[in-house]
Amino acid sequence: MNSLTRWHRPQLSTWPGFGQLTSLRDEIDRLFEAPLAELARTSQVLGGWTPALDLYEDKENVYVRAELPGMKKEDIDVSLHNGSLSISGERMTEGELQDAEVYRSERFVGKFQRTVTLPTLVAVDRIKAQYKDGILSITLPKAEEAKPKQINVSIN
Amino acid sequence: MKTTAQRDHTENFNRSQEFVSPEVNICETKDGYVLEAEMPGVNKDGLEITLEGNEITIIGHRQVEPLNGEALFRESREADYRRVFELDPAIDTTKISAHMDQGVLTLTLPKSERVKPRKIKVD
Repeated sequence: MNSLTRWHRPQLSTWPGFGQLTSLRDEIDRLFEAPLAELARTSQVLGGWTPALDLYEDKENVYVRAELPGMKKEDIDVSLHNGSLSISGERMTEGELQDAEVYRSERFVGKFQRTVTLPTLVAVDRIKAQYKDGILSITLPKAEEAKPKQINVSIN
Repeated sequence: MKTTAQRDHTENFNRSQEFVSPEVNICETKDGYVLEAEMPGVNKDGLEITLEGNEITIIGHRQVEPLNGEALFRESREADYRRVFELDPAIDTTKISAHMDQGVLTLTLPKSERVKPRKIKVD
């Protein structure tokens, strides 16, 4: 007589390679999630240095931050034109050491420029910039007419 | 000096905290090596340089004030910097010096005196 036994779902045996596969998938996910701007930035072959830029705003000010390590204040140029802020400059090579053999040269040397369109009008005469630890921080106070204001609606 | 870049990568997978590799320039003269590492947002207080055997680990903790307001556009990464290097045995590890300026670390690693080429007088 045939015996009927309950059917058990076959158990998944733990696959030794599983851990490695999930970490590979995570890597690829990260590759796709990372903003393209970031990928373009790290590729210096494609046309030079694009220093990382952050743009923030609150009710009073617009803030711009650029990562520019190893520069001298006087070699950084900041200008405002038609509502766009431009940060540019040139990174000079430090004097070559005598008889030096170079093993790695990853740091970028040369001119760079980044331009960002500001979200509102700013009070040009009250712009402040600071260069500390290789980061240029610019605070641009919003022009009075650009600040958010309450408009009272009266209903008759 | 070689970079143990391979090693860096696998450690990143396992850590919960992400690290970014700073860009470096390395050159060698007859007196020693000079290494420059770019770590914007890092100052003297955020630097951690450790020497273990013949490996030097450079970690830079970013100390950047968080910006107020709403981010419209954000490219900077919050991650700290980390890179490991294997040292040439000719380096005198007691004489390594470091200097930090505007986000760039300059590490000077002199070679031991006895390793430098010198003339030997013959009587």
